[in-house]
Amino acid sequence: MMKFIRIYLLLIAVSVANAALAETPQQILQVQATQASKQSPDFVPSAQRGNTFFANKFSISAKMPSCATCHTDNPAQAGRHAITNKTIKPLAPGANSERFTDITKVEKWFRRNCTEVVGRECNAAEKADFIQFLIEVR
Amino acid sequence: MKIHALLLFVTSLPLSAFVHADNLPVAADAPPAFKTECGSCHIAFPASLLTANDWRNIMAKLDKHYGDNASLDDKPRQDIEAFLVAHGGAGKKTSGAGDPPRITNTYWFNREHRKVPGKIWKDPTIASAANCGGCHNRASEGRFGEREIVMPGGKKQED
Repeated sequence: MMKFIRIYLLLIAVSVANAALAETPQQILQVQATQASKQSPDFVPSAQRGNTFFANKFSISAKMPSCATCHTDNPAQAGRHAITNKTIKPLAPGANSERFTDITKVEKWFRRNCTEVVGRECNAAEKADFIQFLIEVR
Repeated sequence: MKIHALLLFVTSLPLSAFVHADNLPVAADAPPAFKTECGSCHIAFPASLLTANDWRNIMAKLDKHYGDNASLDDKPRQDIEAFLVAHGGAGKKTSGAGDPPRITNTYWFNREHRKVPGKIWKDPTIASAANCGGCHNRASEGRFGEREIVMPGGKKQED
């Protein structure tokens, strides 16, 4: 019995460590999804909602009305920054394996770009849907 | 013979004026955050192209950064500001940047680009004067030499 408890505790410790050092898009997605289900217990990430969000013209910023403005309609393609015109590497992890591998970086860009494009910070459910959409993009 | 030597000297003058043009490598003491944070939406602009005061001004308003939100956590923000201030430029070269400071307003930038025709600036592949890499295809490495310029349409810089 003690042995099982120990293994169980070890598993918890590993999953907590994973949440803190998320390294794959799937793990980062899981962190957001877990957060989102605290708000609504039935939450399941939806690529379709993520796609709608990605394409939505929030039009808060004149130069950056939507995510797609810079990242193009297809996030598996390279984009261009709407102000500087600098090339932006593809956002979809299937096209660019560096994406969604560092949770600090992911949170930084959500914070910046959501404030700029959506006009507020994004919530965990929106982030989870967004990542789910990008993971499925081919 | 002497005339030949003189001719050679005179014709080589404009060339030598280009040779110093302009390599601005990132200083070795740059914090790692400088390239990753300042180099994602535009190239990490060389610190020497604005004054220390201009950089302080820019780093104090990162949430409203030339039409974009470029806010940073405190630690990288402080590291980057300290680096930029330490390497900031001075003198006539950096004069005229304005507020908010723009490298493209400075005396140096305008002197260097005075021969670039208007249609180049408006080319869709350039779109912004902040897009150094539009013509200086090794700008992200701090290389701005005349020979490394490729104008829109693939035309090499010739003078």
